[in-house]
Amino acid sequence: MENYNLNYLKELESESVFIIREVAAQFDRPALLFSGGKDSIVLTHLARKAFHPAKIPFPLIHIDTGHNFPDTLEYRDKLVNDLGVKLIVGYVQDSIDKGRVKEETGFNASRNLLQTVTLLDTLEEYKIDAAMGGARRDEEKARAKERFFSHRDEFGQWDPKNQRPELWNLFNGKKNPGEHFRVFPISNWTEMDVWNYIHMENIPLPVLYFTHQRLCIKRNGTILAHSEYLNLRETEKAEMLQVRFRTIGDMTCTGAVLSEANSLEEIIKEVSLSRQTERGTRADDKRSDNAMEDRKKEGYF
Amino acid sequence: MIDYKKNELLRFTTAGSVDDGKSTLIGRLLYDSKAIFEDQLEAVKKSSEYKGLDYIDLSLLTDGLRAEREQSITIDVAYRYFSTPKRKFIIADTPGHIQYTRNMVTGASTANLAVILVDARHGVVEQTCRHSLIASLLKINHIILCINKMDLVNYDREIYDKIVSDYKAFASKLEVKDIQFIPISALMGDNVVDRSERMDWYDGSTLLYNLENVHIASDNNHIDCRFPVQYVIRPQSDLNHDYRGYAGRIASGVYKPGDEVIILPSGFTSRIKSIDTFDGPVKEAFAPMSVTITLEDDIDISRGDMIVRSHNQPEISQDIDIIMCWMNAKPMNPSSKYLLIHTTKDAKAIIKEINYKIDINTLHRIENDKEIKMNDITRVRLRTTQPLFFDSYERNRNTGSLILIDEGTKETVAAGMII
Ligand SMILES: Nc1nc2c(ncn2[C@@H]2O[C@H](COP(=O)(O)OP(=O)(O)O)[C@@H](O)[C@H]2O)c(=O)[nH]1
Repeated sequence: MENYNLNYLKELESESVFIIREVAAQFDRPALLFSGGKDSIVLTHLARKAFHPAKIPFPLIHIDTGHNFPDTLEYRDKLVNDLGVKLIVGYVQDSIDKGRVKEETGFNASRNLLQTVTLLDTLEEYKIDAAMGGARRDEEKARAKERFFSHRDEFGQWDPKNQRPELWNLFNGKKNPGEHFRVFPISNWTEMDVWNYIHMENIPLPVLYFTHQRLCIKRNGTILAHSEYLNLRETEKAEMLQVRFRTIGDMTCTGAVLSEANSLEEIIKEVSLSRQTERGTRADDKRSDNAMEDRKKEGYF
Repeated sequence: MIDYKKNELLRFTTAGSVDDGKSTLIGRLLYDSKAIFEDQLEAVKKSSEYKGLDYIDLSLLTDGLRAEREQSITIDVAYRYFSTPKRKFIIADTPGHIQYTRNMVTGASTANLAVILVDARHGVVEQTCRHSLIASLLKINHIILCINKMDLVNYDREIYDKIVSDYKAFASKLEVKDIQFIPISALMGDNVVDRSERMDWYDGSTLLYNLENVHIASDNNHIDCRFPVQYVIRPQSDLNHDYRGYAGRIASGVYKPGDEVIILPSGFTSRIKSIDTFDGPVKEAFAPMSVTITLEDDIDISRGDMIVRSHNQPEISQDIDIIMCWMNAKPMNPSSKYLLIHTTKDAKAIIKEINYKIDINTLHRIENDKEIKMNDITRVRLRTTQPLFFDSYERNRNTGSLILIDEGTKETVAAGMII
């Protein structure tokens, strides 16, 4: 019996594939939220595995803040093309133009929060009943209790006190009209698991994850990429730094780390020695202790 | 770098009464195994200072949502992660509060092992028994009883011995194969990750050593072949025009190409042509692998069907006896129909007969109370609209478990273990 044993990454993979297939089976109009970050890249890879040799039977959705790293878009378009899947893009700019949201001003202005409205509008426009995302429970305290199948009311909101119990491998995706689900197939993965899996599977990543020279701004202990979207204080000066990114999102709030890591092996070594969480580099979480919980209730990813 | 190819996954649940030190213990495991990052620790240090504590309150590390922080009590199951070079661990952290039987049932449903805490000053209490009985009911094979706060009883061996013998007397009722005892101080770190120098009379191993080495490989059922069909894969592309694969996760048993199989409920037989994965076909597949099976013959098979071996079939019936845990604030309505999910199959069910309630502190039967409320554990008989293909929960967690769903709210209202 000894040999009927899966290593833990294979077991995590199998669990995630099971959940992705459950979504395809239980819902009429599922979709995968693709941010361009490594977690959604892994999620897409798992979806591809789940339905092989068929194509992924649902579209990818990208919420575009307009403040993207060009590399992210290039990677996204190539991936969508390779997989032969449909891509839906929701533009935050459209939400601003329609007056659905108001652009933030000031030095910490970011479109990160505005994304929630664009996301909910996009889900509604395409009548998506289950949106899969690459969030993990180890990312942040408020996520530790998140379910694999996370129920949302008709306003897209999350009620932490009224979540369905999840038992064994039985996932309840039943819902009433207007309600939908967010599903998190890689809930049980940690950042380290994701990196080890990318290494094991040899998944190509955007070059942003590897060391490069970049003009950056240091602000509140975070290193931000210099870009036309960032308003600089008088005292702030852009400087050339040797950096890479641990997560990738909107350009205005994704922090870089000083790093020379140029290969997956070097990144894994660096992450395992690191004493900062990856979200520690994100400006959006620093706003308050409950920042994530509040955003989630409103319908954030 | 961890050699992930050799690493196994262990899922365990933690239970204890309020203030027995569960959060401190988990914080300690995360901290000592370096799963805590500096920024998280910084935040906890600040909160500890703010509260006027003169030590770092590690229990704050696992304090989840705001509602809980305000009430200072854990109200739901939370999942935590850490790993060592030997294993990756998933902790289902369940609260010890009296009314939360349902949370412990939820946390225990996916666990291989339960860590149960007792306070050395109080010994075995009602909650210890309840948590142990739930673990036993959910067929957790391994229990580790941690006798915590040994520092408050002078690391006294006699106190430890007394608790161990009390627990052993009680545990003879349990159906748990493997029970270990460890004297610890979660606060000081004794016998959690590092061996205690203050308890040289204890010659067992530390908690972490136990977690890293407990034998779990044989906890999966590799005998009865059960493959619930989850999704039918039909590429309909030029290249794979006639491909028809049955995707799913092996519930139990070992499947190989060439195996003769029978499809339930149709009863058609065929042979396995191939077991496919994205990485290529495999020579054998076992639980909990997710694979795609193709058959030699063209048979109409859909989600909810089950592929099994002809000589070893599950039970097939519409009358199902279960031990049921009610999980919803709305009591059970004896005249309602409920939706039911079992493996990948949906059905409807009525609760045809309520046999008895189980007193979860003593396991005694309560015969005449037929009102089923939140946290009640009862034995009932279901009648389903379609036959289910099942095994007893004792023999097979995957084909022996089911959930009931309210038709109106669509909430999961009950968990069932088939007898
Ligand atoms: N002296 C001592 N105190 C402990 C120990 N473990 C926990 N405590 C304290 O007991 C109290 C309750 O602990 P906590 O971890 O919050 O308990 P929980 O309710 O089970 O999560 C806190 O004040 C802890 O500092 C221990 O081993 N020794």
